Parts: sequence; structure tokens; C-alpha cells
Amino acid sequence: MRFELEKRSERSLVMAWASPVIAVVATMITGGLIFAILGKPPLTALWVFFVEPFSSLWSLQELVVKATPLILIGVGLSVAYRANVWNIGAEGQLTAGALAGSMVPILFNSWQSPLTLVAMLVLGILGGMIWALVPALLKVKTGANEILVSLMMVYVAQLLLDWLVRGPWRDPHGYNFPKSVSFEDWQTMPTIGDGRLNIGIVIAVVVAIALAVLMRRTIKGYEVRVMGEAPRAGRFAGFSADRMVIFVFLLSGGLAGLAGVIEVASTVGQLQPNISPGYGFTAIIVAFLGRLDPIGVVVAALMLAVSYLGGEAAQIALGLSDKAARVFQGVLLFWVLACDTLILYRPRLVFGTTPEAAR
Amino acid sequence: MSTDSALLAVLLTIVTASTPLLLAALGELVTERAGVLNLGVEGMMVMGAVAGFAVALTTGSPYLGIVASALAGAALAVPFGFLTLNLVANQVATGLALTLLGLGLSGLIGESFVGQPGVRLAKIHIPGLSDLPFVGPLLFGQDVLVYLALALAVFVSWGVFRTRAGLVLRAVGDNHASAHALGYSVIRVRWLAVLFGGALSGLGGGYLSLAYTPQWIENMTAGRGWIALALVVFSSWLPGRLVIGAYLFGAVTILGFFVQGLGVGVPSQLLSSLPYLVTIAALVAISRKRGGGGDAPACLGRSFVPDR
Repeated sequence: MRFELEKRSERSLVMAWASPVIAVVATMITGGLIFAILGKPPLTALWVFFVEPFSSLWSLQELVVKATPLILIGVGLSVAYRANVWNIGAEGQLTAGALAGSMVPILFNSWQSPLTLVAMLVLGILGGMIWALVPALLKVKTGANEILVSLMMVYVAQLLLDWLVRGPWRDPHGYNFPKSVSFEDWQTMPTIGDGRLNIGIVIAVVVAIALAVLMRRTIKGYEVRVMGEAPRAGRFAGFSADRMVIFVFLLSGGLAGLAGVIEVASTVGQLQPNISPGYGFTAIIVAFLGRLDPIGVVVAALMLAVSYLGGEAAQIALGLSDKAARVFQGVLLFWVLACDTLILYRPRLVFGTTPEAAR
Repeated sequence: MSTDSALLAVLLTIVTASTPLLLAALGELVTERAGVLNLGVEGMMVMGAVAGFAVALTTGSPYLGIVASALAGAALAVPFGFLTLNLVANQVATGLALTLLGLGLSGLIGESFVGQPGVRLAKIHIPGLSDLPFVGPLLFGQDVLVYLALALAVFVSWGVFRTRAGLVLRAVGDNHASAHALGYSVIRVRWLAVLFGGALSGLGGGYLSLAYTPQWIENMTAGRGWIALALVVFSSWLPGRLVIGAYLFGAVTILGFFVQGLGVGVPSQLLSSLPYLVTIAALVAISRKRGGGGDAPACLGRSFVPDR
């Protein structure tokens, strides 16, 4: 008996829709097994993990707050991956964006103007772009592998942040804690309602819609897809592979930077060594679960936000480690990738002789 | 401390810093020679680290820990192999998934081990030879994994370039369609290469938690898996150059710490970021020279579906 793939004559539309759903169900089953191994009642744990985040207004708000950076980073990455350019350093670009945006409240603390926040957001985008430009330019100019360079830049950004909040940017009245000054009202994102919900989600959704239009309705979107799927054809059409690398890195890096500055200017409220629970990496899962489509990414980001919240809830209710959420996310990406095969292939178990034996 | 003993201390630390990189990179080199790009090295290393630590602690034997770390690395490579080889999933994305899963899973497994003192892998002692001044501890007084890593480098170099099996491995990595047409099972060869790579990555991780710093710290690989991936590129897929690269790399990182120890007024974070900056510089230097990855196995990262 052996396992074989049979190529479908055309892309299965049913599977294109069904595969993320199958992946999520499979992840839940795997999760139940993991819970059972850890000695927790599987069904209760799954309930706490995946249903309770929807049970109260507070947690629904929190869901949206956590989805905001995932949407922003995820949509940028989805465009980059469509172009077959592998930016996996979004976590570093997020950090760089947070650093750049925080220059305003930390270095020009007294500047109070309606433009303060705008300046922070713009600087955040620029910070992320600059960080992303390093792997992009090195890729274009020298051919250095963008996967490895963008990942290395994550560590450099985090160490830079660590140095700044322990050194020059530390709050002088902060009892020596490695934290910057707390941001003032006018330096933080306006909230919606009286909870932690802020206008970041509006920005994220607008960006997602804009990128959906870009990918579906413009020449640029077409260029991205051609360069990703058939780079040779793209070159004959006069598209430049180098310019594409720069474009998608600037786009995805800028959006990661924006996500970073929104995080520090809302939920975190200051600079500190930890500003993100790995949003930049989780967004990679979001991009794939969302089928590398900006609108799909929005849905996927909400799902991954559930895993963060469910992880916190399970920690409180069941004494489950907060690491469980990370395991879930990894398992989910595995299932998503496995189920994507179903779109182009029909898996079959073949009984009988192997081709080697027949030969 | 005399100059000699200071120099010896530095050289000894360089060896221990280089060994985990060498082990993981050697495994990845073989995997990539078969045409498979596994970006999950970091995840497999960290699983090796936690498994090695846990088994050594519960059994009291660091050698069982070593075995466990290799098995854990290979075990984590299994889902990667199934997805990329049997289900032809994208290798880059699946490798990333492996790293994310490994980091999460190791954190979950290792939670109860945080802060516990581990079992240290002893250095060997050959009466007479190990007692020689200077060269004794350096050449004849390391732990077994240091020698194993170097022996494996020789073995891989010989195996890849001097044996029939190595020829098949390279054929599969350079032109999978032709290798298939000649009757070799591309998928089977790649499976073996992926498992070998996983085992060696696991060993590299095990070295960290058994010899380098015998304890368990979450994410203790700290990007070494990614550095190992860069070393493979840097070595142009040649085991000999890989040994030189790994040791050079270990030297640069340790010199950073050494400079810090001298009390030079440089922020510690700058020195900590040295390995990552050096990796970028090395990638740039080697890519410039080659004009963009000319020595890579031709089918690296490409899925293979046999047509009947």
C-alpha cells in the first residue's frame, strides 16, 4: 500500500473554500488530543479555548484588539508571498516601527498637536520600511537570501529596543525599570467606546480592503501574481523582479511597522522590552490561513486572535500553559498547508505493487 | 590568569560555541543536497535541546540525552517530510511551521524543567594526552560530541562525494526528474535526507542543553538554527568549508563576549547582536562572490511529483 497524489484536471473550487475549514477542524481534533495527553478534559478545554472568547463583550473587544496587528501584518505578507518573496522578518519590522514611532513621545514629549499621532504613525511606517529595505536591497544588489537576512534583522531590532529602553530612552523617573515614559493621551490611539478597542482596527480593515482592490483590480496586483507564479513570463512582459522585491518588502515592512506603532500607542502605552507576543510570526500563519488573500486574512486574523485569547482563558481556567497557544498556531499552519494540497491534487491510497517493483 | 591559559579558555569556548552550529548545519547540508530546503532547523534544534535535557535529567545519563535529542529532531522532521514530500506542500512555509511548532512544543514540554540544574556532558580524559600543556585540553579533552561533529563532517564529505549513495543524493537534488527516470526513488532519498537532517539538528540542540549551558531555557537556541541555515549557504554546500565556517562563526561570537569581559564600554546588546550581523555580512559576501546562489543544488526547494 502506498500513498499517491493524482493531479486534478483543474483547481478545485470546492476545496479552495473547504480546505481552511478542514484545517481548522483538524487542528481542533489535534488540540483535543494534546489536551488529553496533558491530562486536561479535552472537550472542556476546547470550549474554553475556542468558544469562551466569543462569550462576553469584553472578550469580543479584546479579540478585535489582538486581530488588529495580525490583519495589518498579514495582508502585507500575503502580497509578498504571492510575489514569491519571503519576508519572514515582520516581527523585526514591527519592532522597528514601534521604535521609530515612539521617538515622538519620548524625544518630543511636550509636542501636543492633532498631528502628533499622525507623525507617530508615519514614522512607524517609515521605521518598518527601513528595516525591510535591508533584506530587500541586499537581495537585489548581492543576491543574499532574503529569508535569512530578514529573520536576522528581527534579533537585531529586538536587541536595539532592549538597549534603548534600558539605556538612553529609559524613563528617568521609572525606578530603573526598563521602560520608557508612558505615552500621554494625545500620543495614543483614540479609543472606540470605553474599552481597549481603538481606531487601529478601522485602519487595518481599510488597508485590507485597499490591498484587496490592489490585488484584484489593478495592474500592480496582476504584476505581483505574475512575478510569483511565472517569473519568466513576467520578465517577458517587462516586469522587473528587482523592483517587485523592493515593492513587496516596503509594503509588508511598512504595514508591520504601522502595526508596531499602533501596538505601543494603544495596548502597551510605552516602550518596553516586550511589545509583541510574536505577532510578526503569527501573521505568517494568518497569511496562509487566509489563502494569501487580503479579505481572507481578515477572517484568519480573527481566528488566530481567538487562539491568543483562548490561550489566556485556558491558562486561568485550567492552569494550562500559555505555550499551548503557540503549539496550536504551529499545528494550525501544518494543517492549512496539508489541506491546500487538496486543491490541486486528489490523494489516493494505492494497493498493490510499487512502480519500483514493477520495473 | 596567564596569557596562555586565557587564550586556552577562549579557544575552548570557541569549540563549544561552534559545535552545535556545525552539527545542525551538517544535517541541513545533506537535506539540501537532496533538494529539500528545511527552514525548520531552529524548531528541530530546540526540540532536541528540551528532549536531551529532559532525558538526561530523568535517567541521569547525558549519553541517553544525546540519543533522545537526535530522535526528537528526527521525529519533528517527520511531519515536515510528509507535508513537503508526500503532499508537495510549499517547503518554505512548512519549514516555518516546523520552527513555530518546535518553539511552542518545546516551551510546553520544558515548562517544568525551567531553573533545574541539568546534567553536564563530561569532557573525555585520556591519561597522558589530555594532560599535555595547552594542546592536551584543546585536542584531547573535549566532550564526545565535539569529536562526533568533526567525524560526521568527514563522513558526510566522504559520503556525498565519494560513494554511490552520495551520487544518488546529489542527482536527486540537482535533477529530480532525471534521477526518477533512472529508476531512483526521489521521495525515498529525500525522506532519508530529511530524517538525517532532523537528527543532526536535534543533536545540535542537545549539545546546547547538555554541554554548552546544561540547563533548559525557553527558546535557548536563540536563532542558531537560522545561523546554521546561513552557514550551509556560506559553505557552498561543501562539508569542509562548513567546518571552517562554523568555527569561524563560533570564534567571532566568542570574541564578542571576550571583548565584553575586558570591560570595553560597548553596550552588551551590540555584542549580542554580533552573530546576527556577522551572518548577514557573510551571506552578502558569499552571494556577491557567486552572483546569487550559483552553487545551490539545482532542485533546491522544488517539489517533486512522479508522473506515471
